[in-house]
Amino acid sequence: MEDMIFYDRLQFAFTITFHYIFPQLTMGLSLIIVYYKWQFLKTNIEKYNNAAKFFMKIFAVNFTMGVVTGIPMEFQFGTNWAKFSELTGGIIGQTLAMEGLFSFFLESSFLALFIFGEKLMGQKLHFLTGFLVFLGSWASGYLILATNAWMQHPVGYEILDNGKFVLENFSALFSNPWLLPAFLHNQLASLVTSSFVVASIGAFYVLRNKNTEYGKLFLKTGVTFGLVSSLLLAFPTGDMNAKNVAKYQPASFAAMEGIFETEEAGAEIVLIGQPDMVRKKLDNKIAVPNILSFLTYQDWNKQIPGMDQFKDEELPTNIPALYYSYHIMVGLGTIFIAIMGLAVFFLWRKKLYSFKPLLWSIMFLVPFPYIANITGWYTAELGRQPYLVYGLLKTSEGVSPNVSSGNTLFTLLGFVALYMLLGLLFLVLVGKTIHQGPTPQKH
Amino acid sequence: MEVFWYIIISVVFAIFFILDGYNFGTGIIHLFLAKTEKDKEVITKSAGLFWDFNEVWLVAGGGLLFMAFPTFYASVFSGFYLPLIIVLWLIIFRAIGLEFRSQFNFQMWKDIWDKSFGVSSLLLALFFGIALGNVVRGVNLGAIENGVAAFEGHYFFLPLWDSSFSPLSETPGVIDWFTIIIGLISVVTLEIHGANWIILKTNSSINNQLKSVIFKLTILLFALTVISLLVWQIVNPNSLDNFIDKPYLIVFPVIYFTGLFGLFFIKKIKKDIHCFILSTLVILGGITSSLASLFPVILPSTHNQNESLTIYNTAAPEYGLSVALGWGIIGLILVAVYLITQNKLMSGKVDKMDYGH
Repeated sequence: MEDMIFYDRLQFAFTITFHYIFPQLTMGLSLIIVYYKWQFLKTNIEKYNNAAKFFMKIFAVNFTMGVVTGIPMEFQFGTNWAKFSELTGGIIGQTLAMEGLFSFFLESSFLALFIFGEKLMGQKLHFLTGFLVFLGSWASGYLILATNAWMQHPVGYEILDNGKFVLENFSALFSNPWLLPAFLHNQLASLVTSSFVVASIGAFYVLRNKNTEYGKLFLKTGVTFGLVSSLLLAFPTGDMNAKNVAKYQPASFAAMEGIFETEEAGAEIVLIGQPDMVRKKLDNKIAVPNILSFLTYQDWNKQIPGMDQFKDEELPTNIPALYYSYHIMVGLGTIFIAIMGLAVFFLWRKKLYSFKPLLWSIMFLVPFPYIANITGWYTAELGRQPYLVYGLLKTSEGVSPNVSSGNTLFTLLGFVALYMLLGLLFLVLVGKTIHQGPTPQKH
Repeated sequence: MEVFWYIIISVVFAIFFILDGYNFGTGIIHLFLAKTEKDKEVITKSAGLFWDFNEVWLVAGGGLLFMAFPTFYASVFSGFYLPLIIVLWLIIFRAIGLEFRSQFNFQMWKDIWDKSFGVSSLLLALFFGIALGNVVRGVNLGAIENGVAAFEGHYFFLPLWDSSFSPLSETPGVIDWFTIIIGLISVVTLEIHGANWIILKTNSSINNQLKSVIFKLTILLFALTVISLLVWQIVNPNSLDNFIDKPYLIVFPVIYFTGLFGLFFIKKIKKDIHCFILSTLVILGGITSSLASLFPVILPSTHNQNESLTIYNTAAPEYGLSVALGWGIIGLILVAVYLITQNKLMSGKVDKMDYGH
């Protein structure tokens, strides 16, 4: 049985990880595109319009990738997690179906109009279509987070004798205390990714001494959006999420923070260390005393239950992976604040465009916000284990009873091969767009 | 309430087959009949401008099915595991074929994506037809062999084929001679539909040739329809009961045959949009007739040990369904507004539209 669900989990993890490379850019980038388009309407400087259209090309490739890798996610609920779908479909089906109706249609119809319809519509309508694309992509994020929030902290349900979850209160799905912090945190994180992408392309142009006018614009936009969003990412939204985990999933909180033993007076915050699951301790630990208690409860001496307070079956199933995911996310988030803070400082002193070491750093840091976004999601998903619906439905109880592991491995291998190809094509196409640059040219 | 959602979801899926159906058909025409670069480009464009909006109907239909009939969704998606995942892969190849073709301007690159678009469209049309065939034929619910059930009564698992390739086998597979016939009907119908779309939306040089292609395909479709109706009686002897009990359901087959007979006069019809409406009627009538013959069953059981899945034994409870009706209607109205806006703004031939990336 363990082996059987292994491939189902691996396939979901692989396909969602690959999928989430794309929406995290499109959600944030759509906001930056709307910003450029708005600047163009305000100032009538052609540069802003070209910038908006340039990023729309990158957006379009990402959007296509997001769509084609997103459909397998919806399908997999039914194909690989049939029991979960059967038992909870009456609830999470609501938010997932709303996503289809309220966001995908909005995004896809107005994206086509934004890309092809500028001459047909005039600038104001063109701005509006861009704004609707942004709205659609954020609505999509909101409804996915609403679905996930219910799995993390189920509300508004009733369980029937046959084990089915039945919706009892629709509005509870949206007033779920888990939802808003998770949504804001997620959207800001996607804005960080987009800011880095914009700034990184800017740094590339400035360093290469090509399209420098645009390079400078992108750098300015990227680092400004980047600093604001990475600050808000840590506080208040990151902080709110951590408090939610501490409150609603205390076992996961202990595991992700790496607290093996409960300390009497105040918990330390672990910066570095490797979990040793045999001897139940952290190796090579560097930690600061009492900070975790203060951050979580604003009380230096508040006791925080460690993993020793929970039964084994209440603890997440893969504690090292959870611990590392969380620490990588937090570590990277801190680095982003530092780099973007530095960049804004140099921008303010008018030295950013000539300070090459910083430009090189910004350019090469671009994969890291992606890693931070994905490890952030791993933290949420590994932290929820061993449950699909926290505290109520185990992951092993949600798998399709009728699909053999041989079939799942077959499709997993297929997805791996196909996504390798997609990944290569994606890099080629985005590379080509960046190489061509934002200045309009005939081809 | 179940009936209401059944109708809404059927309409959403029918619209998916009508809208994305012309893209599949366009791909098939592109594969076999487009010869010059100019034709290939404009035909790709006539699909490429619209595919993602059309595909959302599939996603929305899937989502609504999940919400309203979770047990059915779970049973069907896991039971048809392999064919569904293969459909996903084909959808990916179709999409990247359309999107990536114009990204580089050299022949080899374009050829790769033309084939990717054409072949996957052909296979998608075939697979969706086969899927409909499976729903009409029914499956071995509970996976019963020699009287022993492998799963709970509402689960099943179909291999791609059974060595007999027969719909009458105790353990039928996804592909058998009956579902292949339905698959071929789907390919021919969508090819006609796609040809009508090309005539409507482009000035390609093959437009005149396509009219006689449609005429020949209509003869073929008529022959296949007659065959399928005959063999349907063998596969499911009760298939006409619903039409006898509720004579008003005859309206669906009438829609189908109106479209089909209308297409025989394709060369006489002056307005391209009328031709397109005729093939739309064929798709709409075909799907609704099949569903009407089963109602309220949505997945028949091929044996007596487990009862068929119906809209009543797979639906989510009343409260959820009625809440969803509120937002569902608002959502569908919005979608209709988008569809009309998009069609208004992108009306006319696509040849001159800017499709450079």
